[in-house]
Amino acid sequence: MSHAASLEHGQHGHAGGHPPTSTGLDHKKIAVWAFIGSECMLFASLISTYLIYKDRSIKGPFPHVACNPPQCDVARPAILDIPVTSASTFVLLMSSLAMVLALAAVESKDLPLPAGAGAWTRALRSSKLWLFMTALLGTVFLMFQAYEFTSFVHEGLTIRTNLFGSTFFTLTGFHGAHVTAGVLWLLTLLAIDFKRGLGPNDAIHVDIAALYWHFVDVVWIAIFTLVYLIQ
Amino acid sequence: MATTAAAPAYAGTHEHATSGIWSWITTTDHKRIGVLYLFTAMFFFLLGGLEAILIRAQLHGPNGQLLSAEAYNQMFTMHGTTMVFLALMPLSAAFFNFLVPLQIGARDVAFPRLNAFSYWVYLFGGIFINLSWFLNAAPDGGWFGYTPLTTLQYSPGLNQDFWVLGLQILGVSSLAAAFNFITTIVNMRAPGMTMMRMPLFTWNTFVVQILVMLAFPVITIALIFLQFDRFFGTNFYTTAAGGDPLLWQHLFWVFGHPEVYILILPAFGLISETIPAFSRKPVFGYPVMVYATMLIAFLGFGVWAHHMFAVGMGPIGDTVFALTTMLIAIPTGVKIFNWIFTMVGGAIWFTTSMKFAIGMIALFTIGGISGVMHASPPADLQQTDTYFIVAHFHYVLFGGTIMGIFSGIYFYFPKMFGRMLSEKLGLWHFWLTFVGMNLTFFPMHFSGLAGMPRRIYLYDAHQGWDLYNAMSSWGAYLLGAATLIGVYNFFVSMKRGPLAPADPWGAPMLEWSIPSPPPDYNFAAVPKVTSRYPLWDVKHPELTTDVPHTREGDKHIDVDVAGKHVADTHVGNPPNRSAELAQASTVVHPTARQLGIPMPTPTAKPMAAAFFMVTMFGGMLFFHAPGPDGNKPLALTVILGSALAMVTALYAWFLTPLEDEHH
Repeated sequence: MSHAASLEHGQHGHAGGHPPTSTGLDHKKIAVWAFIGSECMLFASLISTYLIYKDRSIKGPFPHVACNPPQCDVARPAILDIPVTSASTFVLLMSSLAMVLALAAVESKDLPLPAGAGAWTRALRSSKLWLFMTALLGTVFLMFQAYEFTSFVHEGLTIRTNLFGSTFFTLTGFHGAHVTAGVLWLLTLLAIDFKRGLGPNDAIHVDIAALYWHFVDVVWIAIFTLVYLIQ
Repeated sequence: MATTAAAPAYAGTHEHATSGIWSWITTTDHKRIGVLYLFTAMFFFLLGGLEAILIRAQLHGPNGQLLSAEAYNQMFTMHGTTMVFLALMPLSAAFFNFLVPLQIGARDVAFPRLNAFSYWVYLFGGIFINLSWFLNAAPDGGWFGYTPLTTLQYSPGLNQDFWVLGLQILGVSSLAAAFNFITTIVNMRAPGMTMMRMPLFTWNTFVVQILVMLAFPVITIALIFLQFDRFFGTNFYTTAAGGDPLLWQHLFWVFGHPEVYILILPAFGLISETIPAFSRKPVFGYPVMVYATMLIAFLGFGVWAHHMFAVGMGPIGDTVFALTTMLIAIPTGVKIFNWIFTMVGGAIWFTTSMKFAIGMIALFTIGGISGVMHASPPADLQQTDTYFIVAHFHYVLFGGTIMGIFSGIYFYFPKMFGRMLSEKLGLWHFWLTFVGMNLTFFPMHFSGLAGMPRRIYLYDAHQGWDLYNAMSSWGAYLLGAATLIGVYNFFVSMKRGPLAPADPWGAPMLEWSIPSPPPDYNFAAVPKVTSRYPLWDVKHPELTTDVPHTREGDKHIDVDVAGKHVADTHVGNPPNRSAELAQASTVVHPTARQLGIPMPTPTAKPMAAAFFMVTMFGGMLFFHAPGPDGNKPLALTVILGSALAMVTALYAWFLTPLEDEHH
């Protein structure tokens, strides 16, 4: 199996061959953009539902400071931990940076290293390093989320507790599932890179993974802003 | 572009079997997948029709005894669900698959294996929903499954579980197809085929796929919420926890209204092909037809709450949605007038296909007008949930979509199967359908206005409904007979119909330039397109003098079959059939291997992935198996085992190149 990473209808050069595409873009790129368009509506539905149901939970825990004395007997602290989530948001943003570097490294794989290139330049050109870093940072983000979910359950908030629990866990859980799928995708690319090396001909495969990864990142920025920051 | 003479330099190509069940299971050929869609959708169409006839038999007279209340609820729910998701959408998909690559001059869709995956998910999803009959637990909450009726509290059985999970499965099929066809249409057009030269069927397909892409995720989320409520005890639709059942209605109709355009636009596309061909005139106002399609799709996302006037949204909401709904009548009316003006002054050839197309215009117009009537909230409040609404949407979906699809079947059957359908049986099929359709659904306007509600399984005599119901029922039996004639025509003609030439109708589009049925690679050489009517440019240039061209005198499309230029095969009107048939029966078409054209290799992996995806969803049912807390271990085993098998199948598929797979 020589074309280990060939996903669907690649541009490998057969005699007879394929006619050039109408737009000059690879089919996969257009398909992923269409997929992202669809995902926008998916997350729009989830986020809208969260916002519609905001402040409509009959009982706590609530996302932000629900009430303080004298409105209620005991002050109920916010369940959302903004500092911790800011850290996980930073991690996810950095993973996008690593993703950019991974794609650049794959695209420039065939270029000779400049004379006297230092360790840093060599590191920048390592697609394995940056694919691994992207997957690692994604995994760290998921661990933050696992920690967050666990602590919420300990504080008495489950998906069944109230409307906030239902909408919050579904929304962020869907995002987490997308990150998980992205991590698996990146690890698959990394395995192929180790097996036979990814070169400029494979750039499209890394490119579409990167598109997806950046999209998932952008969605998180929307969630972080709308769910965590805006009270 | 002449690759005709190229030596078979592509060593990996070997001939693929074209008969036997394994060849159908492993096929990645868009034409064969289109045929699979057609047969499966016809089966479900007959099943949904049988359910409709049982409904009408129950309502034939007052206090019918045929069905219990439970059976009746299951019957109308499954009739709607089957017709929308398992019959009409896949009938359209049959044409998307078969036609779009041929119309744009491509050799396949962008992702042939994903295409097979879409089909198998649809087939297994359809079987999954219908398995519920055998457990006596068919869905019974109506095709739009309103909460809180469909929540666990009020629908504790497996019925709605089948519905929720089945619709999730079918959504995957539609979405995968949407990404595939968007990419195909954007990226695989033959040289010279600009967007504004695409055949109108391809245009309608393109817009439909964008609607699917944007609308299906919304119902996916609505169903996820319902699924979580039912299986995991969340509160999305639980009023006691502050949840709002109207959330379902909004989400469902944000999907549901674009869905009705997903159902009708392919039929619009089909008759936009048949009417110009049988009027021997270019379509009237091509650019406006394209813009009208886009405008319908755009406005289609802004009208959903007209399904909800009865819930009381207040004057502003009512007014906004009434106005946007009435606005949609404008682009739709534009299309109707353009079809009529295409026929005006044309040399009309009254084939069965053309009769269905004209019937479609007439009946869809009636349905459109009653639609504008209940776009007005005060009128709608009288009509909502009555048989008037049932009359309306059957005029647009049967009178519109089904008549359009029948027009398409009579038109494209020769291209699909290489034989002609019988026009004599077609005459009976058309007229009995036309009469039966009106006899069934026109009286429903009156029973509705007389106050008969939808979805009742019994009614007392002497409320002014008896005659209308009897008429509707006799009409339904007639429709059943008409459909059986159509099916008989279909199967007999497939075996014994006269052989079809490449271009039996003298039609203008690329698909008629290649043999009937087309070889697996479609086009021996990729055609060059110089205007909107590439084949008329060659055969009947007098018909396209007013159509913009690339440049005057450059009206050739380079289609070679076995070294013979198709443009030379016949000129004349009507086409010289005997000459073409002589050609069709003597020419042996070169194989893809001889031409050096790489073809996708047959593979069963998409089917395996589809199968395990369906069992993965289906495993959820065991959570609600008999027992205090369902059968959790079994559910988890089935779900996780299927997920593992699905991921394995997907990896095996993704890591194998499309065209190099050796067996």
